[in-house]
Amino acid sequence: MQPDKNPVREVLMKIENLKTYFPVKKGVFKRTVGHVKAVDGVSLDVFRGETLGIVGESGCGKTTLGKTILRLCSASEGSVKYQFPDGEQDILQLKGTELDRARKSLQIVFQDPYSSLNPAFTIFGSFADPLRKFGVKKRKEQEEIVAKLLADVNLPRDYMTRYPNEFSGGQRQRIGIARALSVNPELIVCDEAVSALDVSIQAQVLKLLKKLQNEHNLTYLFITHDLSVVEYVADRIAVMYLGKVVELAETDELFKHTLHPYTKALLSAIPIADITRKRKRIPLQGDVPSPVNPPAGCPFHPRCKYCTDRCRTDAPLLTPGTSEGQIHYVSCHHAQEIAEGRME
Amino acid sequence: MQHHTHEVILEIKNLDVNFYTNQRCNKALRGVSFSMRKGKTLCIVGESGCGKSVTANSIMQLLPELSRIESGSITYQSKKGEIRIDTLKRNGQQMRRIRGKEIAMIFQDPMTALNPVFTVGFQIDEMIRSHNAVSKRAAAKKSVSLLKDMGVSLPEQRVHEYPHQYSGGMRQRAMIAMAMACSPNVLIADEPTTALDVTIQAQIFELMLELKVKKDMAILLITHDMGVVAEMADDVAVMYMGNIVESGTAEQVLASPAHPYTRALLLSIPVLGKGKNQKLEPIRGTTPDPYNRPPGCQFAPRCDYASPVCLEQMPPETDLGEGHMVRCFNYKEISHAAR
Repeated sequence: MQPDKNPVREVLMKIENLKTYFPVKKGVFKRTVGHVKAVDGVSLDVFRGETLGIVGESGCGKTTLGKTILRLCSASEGSVKYQFPDGEQDILQLKGTELDRARKSLQIVFQDPYSSLNPAFTIFGSFADPLRKFGVKKRKEQEEIVAKLLADVNLPRDYMTRYPNEFSGGQRQRIGIARALSVNPELIVCDEAVSALDVSIQAQVLKLLKKLQNEHNLTYLFITHDLSVVEYVADRIAVMYLGKVVELAETDELFKHTLHPYTKALLSAIPIADITRKRKRIPLQGDVPSPVNPPAGCPFHPRCKYCTDRCRTDAPLLTPGTSEGQIHYVSCHHAQEIAEGRME
Repeated sequence: MQHHTHEVILEIKNLDVNFYTNQRCNKALRGVSFSMRKGKTLCIVGESGCGKSVTANSIMQLLPELSRIESGSITYQSKKGEIRIDTLKRNGQQMRRIRGKEIAMIFQDPMTALNPVFTVGFQIDEMIRSHNAVSKRAAAKKSVSLLKDMGVSLPEQRVHEYPHQYSGGMRQRAMIAMAMACSPNVLIADEPTTALDVTIQAQIFELMLELKVKKDMAILLITHDMGVVAEMADDVAVMYMGNIVESGTAEQVLASPAHPYTRALLLSIPVLGKGKNQKLEPIRGTTPDPYNRPPGCQFAPRCDYASPVCLEQMPPETDLGEGHMVRCFNYKEISHAAR
């Protein structure tokens, strides 16, 4: 992977200061007493043809971010500017048929392959709806397209007449991927797409996703909690914590020169299937704070060992820094000092 | 897996367990043998449906009603001598005395394993009082100190709270506190951290390691994650479709795997730090239907090294020396091919 080969990359989607708050309601009159700040001011560029990995622990807002982009959750603030074939538009402002058209470009693969396929429909039935919606009316044509899609994900043609309960988890997930492909999207949000699968099946699906990306020139937003998986698939990685992006860099760069203390702790906590490599764990105290009432200042400060007075009051911004010519965004006041070993 | 430095506390020999549904029979376990030693962690690793949890539940006699231990033995070395757990009545007095006191279990999902209508403190007290003749007050005091040992902050207040007021990691700590309430000799942990985040998982593992060393406990850790195995295990048993296909020390199994399934499993997972260009080799096909198992080696239909005999016969356990066991006809050829 050489990111600097073509330095001018086309921005496919520009997320700016995106916020998604869910109201917390209490009492008889259901008054709003607070907000769950699931996504709290995220700005990201997604380049055409790349895989952007979004990682974080449960409750950090990674799934909500994916859903907000697809308008499955409504945003409170911010914009998502997307380069449609006929010009740039803010996805969050689209209505009616325009939104339908946008959904043709943006698709999602869900986490749980057992609940994302309708058990009452045959596989063909599940595929036919989106096809009909986007202009393929004749049954013969539909069948041809479904057969081709199934072939793309290495499943035989006659599976289209079967029901979801006849398939294993890995097969269902492949059907889910084929369905996402059925309308020729440009961007696919993979929301924990391999997390529910057994390890031996995971590898099949990961390889398939990589193959399809090359064949169809797809852009992936790969949401996962598994850093080993994201290292394998992603070109760039954004690490989220409590609704904010705390670190963003090219995959190799992020793993080589980890800057944010949270990312460091996260990496050290992952068990590695290699007994020759024993590492020192960086223990994190306590749990992730509640997103209803996030700590003031840096959201990570209650668990951070480098925490200073400034961190308690002053929230750091995601600022670009460079190391060895690579752009590396991090939101930490002391990133530079930690990297140079001046803080211990 | 026999090392004489650590005393064997639980031994399972040739265990067969069947499940019966609608006149069909799922041979869930076939000839499972292993032993657990004091102060050691044995990891059972395998994919879903391979029989890991069934093994754990048969030790605890918690199998569902329509299932039966067909043959084999589970021998527990109690202080008063050997006890054959497989011959005990599931809900008999003797089994109830062992369950929880001598052998305790941590379940995968703490939300369903804790009772939502009782406080956490009440549930730990109940455990203590059913095995020891102590007063209510003493039990309550013990619960507080247990929660404190598990790293729950403000335990005096927390014992009065209900499970839904706890976070996932806290709930799992409460579960471990409950399991530790009677200082068991054997701790069975069935995927204790699968529902948790990695940073919380690391905390729970630190806790388990500490308990193992301090109390000289034997731990049976069930997992599907090879990373966890590398991190936690002293001994490893790899299961596939109801058989232990390979077992030995962590080093033997992970560094020089002899069974094609273990090998394939290790090659199919992305390993952190190896970068984007690492080669993943998926295992072809899918796990067979448990009601329609292949006649010979269970892995043969997916195995690259399968020979005609594999399709007909189940390979016997072969000892490779120093306790490294493998169930494969062609292991010699495979270790050659790897080099």
